[in-house]
Amino acid sequence: MRMAPRWLGAAALVVALSLAAVACGNTEEGGGGSTGGGLTGTVTGDGSSTVFPITQAVAEEFTAENPDVQVSVGISGTGGGFEKFCNGETDIQDASRPIEQDEIDLCRKNGIEYVELQVALDGLSVVVNPANDWASCLTVDQLKAIWEPGSEIDNWSQVDPSFPDRPLTLYGAGTDSGTFDYFTDAIVGEEGASRSDYTASEDDNVLVQGVAGDENALGYFGYAYYVENSDKLKVLAIDGGNGCVEPTPETINDGSYTPLSRPLFVYVKKASLANPAVVAFMDYYMANSQALVKDVGYIDVHPDTYAAEVKEWEDFKASA
Amino acid sequence: MAITTGVSLTRRRTRRVEALVRRLLLLCAVVSVATTLGIIGSLLFEAIDFFRVVSPREFFTGTSWGPTFKPATFGVLPLASATVLIALLGTAIAVPLGLGSAIFLSEYARPRTRALVKPALEVLAGIPTVVFGFFGLTFLTPRILQPLLPGTGVFNALGAAIVIGIAVTPLVASLAEDAMRAVPFGLREAAYGLGATRRTVSLRVVVPAALSGIMAGVILALSRAIGETMIVAIMAGQIPNLTLDPRQPMETMTAFIVQMSLGDTPYGSIEYKTIFAIGTTLFAMTLVLNIAALRFVRRFRERYE
Amino acid sequence: MSAATLARTVGASLATGKRAERSLGSLAFQLVLLVCLLVGLLTLATLLVDVLRKGVGGLDASFLTSLDSRFPEKAGIRPALVGTLWLMGLTAVISFPLGVGAAVYLEEFAPKNRFTSFLEVNVANLAAVPSVIYGLLGLAVFVRGLQMGRSIMAGAMTLVLLILPVIIVATREALRAVPDSIREGAYAVGATQGQTVWHQTLPAALPGTMTGMILGLSRAIGETAPLITLGALTFVNFVPRGPWDRFTAMPIQIFNWVSRPQSEFQNVAASGIILLLGVLLAMNGVAVYLRYRYERRW
Repeated sequence: MRMAPRWLGAAALVVALSLAAVACGNTEEGGGGSTGGGLTGTVTGDGSSTVFPITQAVAEEFTAENPDVQVSVGISGTGGGFEKFCNGETDIQDASRPIEQDEIDLCRKNGIEYVELQVALDGLSVVVNPANDWASCLTVDQLKAIWEPGSEIDNWSQVDPSFPDRPLTLYGAGTDSGTFDYFTDAIVGEEGASRSDYTASEDDNVLVQGVAGDENALGYFGYAYYVENSDKLKVLAIDGGNGCVEPTPETINDGSYTPLSRPLFVYVKKASLANPAVVAFMDYYMANSQALVKDVGYIDVHPDTYAAEVKEWEDFKASA
Repeated sequence: MAITTGVSLTRRRTRRVEALVRRLLLLCAVVSVATTLGIIGSLLFEAIDFFRVVSPREFFTGTSWGPTFKPATFGVLPLASATVLIALLGTAIAVPLGLGSAIFLSEYARPRTRALVKPALEVLAGIPTVVFGFFGLTFLTPRILQPLLPGTGVFNALGAAIVIGIAVTPLVASLAEDAMRAVPFGLREAAYGLGATRRTVSLRVVVPAALSGIMAGVILALSRAIGETMIVAIMAGQIPNLTLDPRQPMETMTAFIVQMSLGDTPYGSIEYKTIFAIGTTLFAMTLVLNIAALRFVRRFRERYE
Repeated sequence: MSAATLARTVGASLATGKRAERSLGSLAFQLVLLVCLLVGLLTLATLLVDVLRKGVGGLDASFLTSLDSRFPEKAGIRPALVGTLWLMGLTAVISFPLGVGAAVYLEEFAPKNRFTSFLEVNVANLAAVPSVIYGLLGLAVFVRGLQMGRSIMAGAMTLVLLILPVIIVATREALRAVPDSIREGAYAVGATQGQTVWHQTLPAALPGTMTGMILGLSRAIGETAPLITLGALTFVNFVPRGPWDRFTAMPIQIFNWVSRPQSEFQNVAASGIILLLGVLLAMNGVAVYLRYRYERRW
């Protein structure tokens, strides 16, 4: 059988050309060439996968009004995102925790100035299986006793004498997530201080499945995942010192669901203020995020906080 | 087989062109060296930084791994044992499955069957590993493993090993089958002529003749199983656990690297530098493994003409 | 009918060779082989059925032409689809000559010395490096070092490095399998080494090379972690128009959908997976066809 390398070349060329044709197709959908009039430019965001849905929702609506602005958002994680942010590679940083000292130093070293804006609240929800009819409220001390490092509690009756004698299985956040850091800090008192013999996952859907399928389970994850699966889960009220409070949009918003209401942040680079697309995007963000966060399962911030954040943004813009 | 005609057989110009082409080809091969150097370079600097803070003795002999916990522990043994356990189990599943499929396709199946089934198996290689991971988590573990094997957790090493084995089977199967089909027919016919059965011919004639290709597939599969990331991250869990019981959850070195690099740890912190320490260790482990494997294979390689 | 008679009858219709073949042992062996094959195929079938069931309903024109959205019914895959097509095209075009070139050098031209052994071990070792490490490497070398930015080209180069070992190993094995008599015949009529390789050996090894490309590209199309690490995005509101644009890719999009709280997104993810497999089949189809056409038995 004769071999014809020419066949190969021709075939490869045809394949390559057709791929190019598909890929370089019409660009009526978002971004791309200027259609005359209207804002153009690029906005780059990165960071926490927790805050990502909010930024994406804003970008989605922003695109409808400004189709020629190219917006892109990544999920390198809060840590990876800060590294890129402090290297000047992104305009906006999504963060599920405030910036840490190492990162502050890096930003300072590279001359990156920024503003921190709180854009939403998440209520970390402690959930049990619906068949669990004995627990409805836990105090912070009880939670701490369950979750602290070296805890030997493996039975519900050890949590509270009135609970039945049933084994306790635990589900919680992966150890490299903002959820983990916040929960351990708020409940146990120190970030990272937690027992290690529980089922951990970065994917909250997995935790939902775990708790929903196990009558003896206790787990914690973001409010959005509880709300979407409220038919499969039972949420516990938390007593943070002022009585038992269940997480609801209202209690998270006004801070009465304590200590598990955690703030979510967005950071903006000062140098990006020279980019009108970024300014327009952030203006849109501050004006509309409070309505949009509810679509993605988060809670809007308290009106007082909101007013303060808007003022901070305006001041930052003016200082450029 | 016809020799092509119309080829220039004039010596001088061809020689120069060929020398140039040879250089170009060497350059291609050297890309792999450049890659290795790049990987070592990007890993080693940060790893050295890490080992200035954490003693190598604690790292290599410690039995508890918890860099983000307080107090932080840095013993790599739980991660290493999980990696080795799952990789070995996974390869132990992939090799018989792959070899069996290859022998069937090469020696027993009709040409039409083979033309359909071989690409189908290769589609298996194209399924994204995240899809495999979730398939294992939502189907394999709850519907098959947990009913059959009491004590199996939601996350467990066995399920991850099985899924990795299946995901990697196409590597073994395709490479082994290619190698078997390349064994000259004459060898088979000689054996049949002596009255051997198909089974004997497959196992005693074809497989030994194709051993080079088969071993290449096996080594590639083992390497792939060690380096597999998403399947173990999703199925085996993210809490380190020093145990040999495959029904329990455990975290492998690769799952930890993914968790850490996509998570919320501040860049530049000691927790973040663990990525590079683990990466370097993994690289060294596989290097030793591959040197040993290649030395072993070379002894058994046969050439037939 | 006794079991032995049954086996003999069935075996007779299946087996070749002497009477010894028509035995329970041979039949059992064949069965074992079949089972090995079926495990893989059944898994594939189960996966496909599950994915098709959940996702086929969502595969409509709006899915293909829309951007991603926070609402499952509006979410679309267009930027990710185009991103993957660009990525795969570049990866295939770059990895093929690099991989085949390296394999040809190692197998046909390299002297049997220490350096060559070192190269061999090196290639095999690279197959074991986790994909995330390639992502970190790509970030350091391509995105930052060579200033490519978070572009499709940087992503493609990273994927090329990732799949190069598979292509090299498969091509080497294919070259090794070409009988020396072919080469010697060519030398005998006065061809140089280069001519022999280009006109005789390499064409004969083409099917095996295609296997390597198939396995390599299949791996590349499904990779998530290295792309995210080097900065591929999860949401873009535009379609990339060139190799230097920022991008997102289908596996990243699928992974993101799977992690969302709303359960309808599982179905959207399934639609994405079906599309991904479709692209994979189209891509591999070319290679499979070429392999089938130019196959030969010695």
